[in-house]
Amino acid sequence: MEIKILGTGCAKCHKLYEETKNAVAQTGVDANVEKVEDLDKIASYGVFMTPALVVDGEVKSSGKIPKTTQIIEWLKAKQ
Amino acid sequence: MKEITKLLLMIGLFLVAWFLPVGSERFASAVHESLVLANWYAREHVLLCLVPAFFIAGAVSVFVSQGSVMKYLGPGAKKIVAYPVAAASGTILAVCSCTVLPLFAGIHKRGAGLGPATAFLYSGPAINVLAIILTARVLGPELGIARAVGAIFFAVFIGVAMHLLFRKEERERMESNVGMVVPESDGGRKSWQDLLYFASMIGILVFANWGRPAAGSTGLWAFIFSAKWIITGVFSLLLIMFLYLWFKKDELGEWVDSSWTFAKQIMPLLAAGVLVAGLLLGAPESTDAGLIPGSWISSLVGGNSLWANFFASIVGAFMYFATLTEVPILEGLINAGMGKGPALALLLSGPALSLPNMLVINSVLGVKKTVAFVSLVVVFSTMAGMVYGFLG
Repeated sequence: MEIKILGTGCAKCHKLYEETKNAVAQTGVDANVEKVEDLDKIASYGVFMTPALVVDGEVKSSGKIPKTTQIIEWLKAKQ
Repeated sequence: MKEITKLLLMIGLFLVAWFLPVGSERFASAVHESLVLANWYAREHVLLCLVPAFFIAGAVSVFVSQGSVMKYLGPGAKKIVAYPVAAASGTILAVCSCTVLPLFAGIHKRGAGLGPATAFLYSGPAINVLAIILTARVLGPELGIARAVGAIFFAVFIGVAMHLLFRKEERERMESNVGMVVPESDGGRKSWQDLLYFASMIGILVFANWGRPAAGSTGLWAFIFSAKWIITGVFSLLLIMFLYLWFKKDELGEWVDSSWTFAKQIMPLLAAGVLVAGLLLGAPESTDAGLIPGSWISSLVGGNSLWANFFASIVGAFMYFATLTEVPILEGLINAGMGKGPALALLLSGPALSLPNMLVINSVLGVKKTVAFVSLVVVFSTMAGMVYGFLG
């Protein structure tokens, strides 16, 4: 599974990255978590508000940090 | 941090300490001034102004539905609506300076295009709730309002000018357009409930800071001043009631969390900014006690000449101001003899542009458009300063 965290490096973006890593560890899914900091690439997802969470090319949330339970749900649904 | 940067940093600090003019009277008074200014900020601005402002900013970022605004900035938006919305939406979209650039890139690439994107980029940093509140509180309501109105008004001009300059290229680019992701909104409150909630917070902020009237004056202003703590108390009770009745527990947690994030992000920068401003320019009540002689400042940016306005806006465009630090620095400059017009010019061009952020804009827009944008910002900020200085 390819997970991407879109954000230019602000505090919220780091937090989302950490939360997502936690969620991945908790569910034990085989996933690759990657940060995307390039503005051009972020915009190419159609995301305006950062941080955003992208799972396998699909934008799951934008402009906020979703709850860990919510992230875990998304991960499980994709499995 | 690389080892070599650490070494250079250490050498730099050493050189500063070595050459520190400890014996000089001017330096001693400047250090004193910077502590006086910090003391003044701590007493006058932190509890009544900054703390409520952080809570309002936190509330805006958690509870205001950003999706409802974004829909006017999307690819299908009508141009006549997109420009004013882009220019004014910084109030609720740009609460954190780190959201400005992604939004700008998004509006440019996937949304309403270059014009609205540059309009947003110009006004966004100047009109977020924290900037408006602090400017009005420290520099006076007149300059606070002039800043907000000037930013929104001139943002539309700059956006339209950018659109007209690069019309052809934009048309080709816009054809390869796909949709955008609108952040979903949640919360079970009606909009009038949200409105009352924000009104109660703004009420607390306004009345707790109600200025002392001139001695011996009567009338509404003096009456409100004498009752200001009662009025503030009423608004506080209302706020507590709204919170109790309409909000879920985890929403409150989110609100406090996001207010705290703003405080953590902004307080250290602001404290550093206040100390530096005091050191260089002196505290408001003293004259000419900072490191930079007041005569330099009044000869460069005093009065309201074209040159003074132009100089202020070009310096503002290249200099980097960390979030909100433009306020104490401006305060020092005004105190040292800067004119009203140039002050507004600097307030407008300063937060919108800086050398580091030009590089980012350059990577999104390319050299030609970046140069055009920077020139437009300097020209329009100069004009805004001239107009304000002339009217004031």
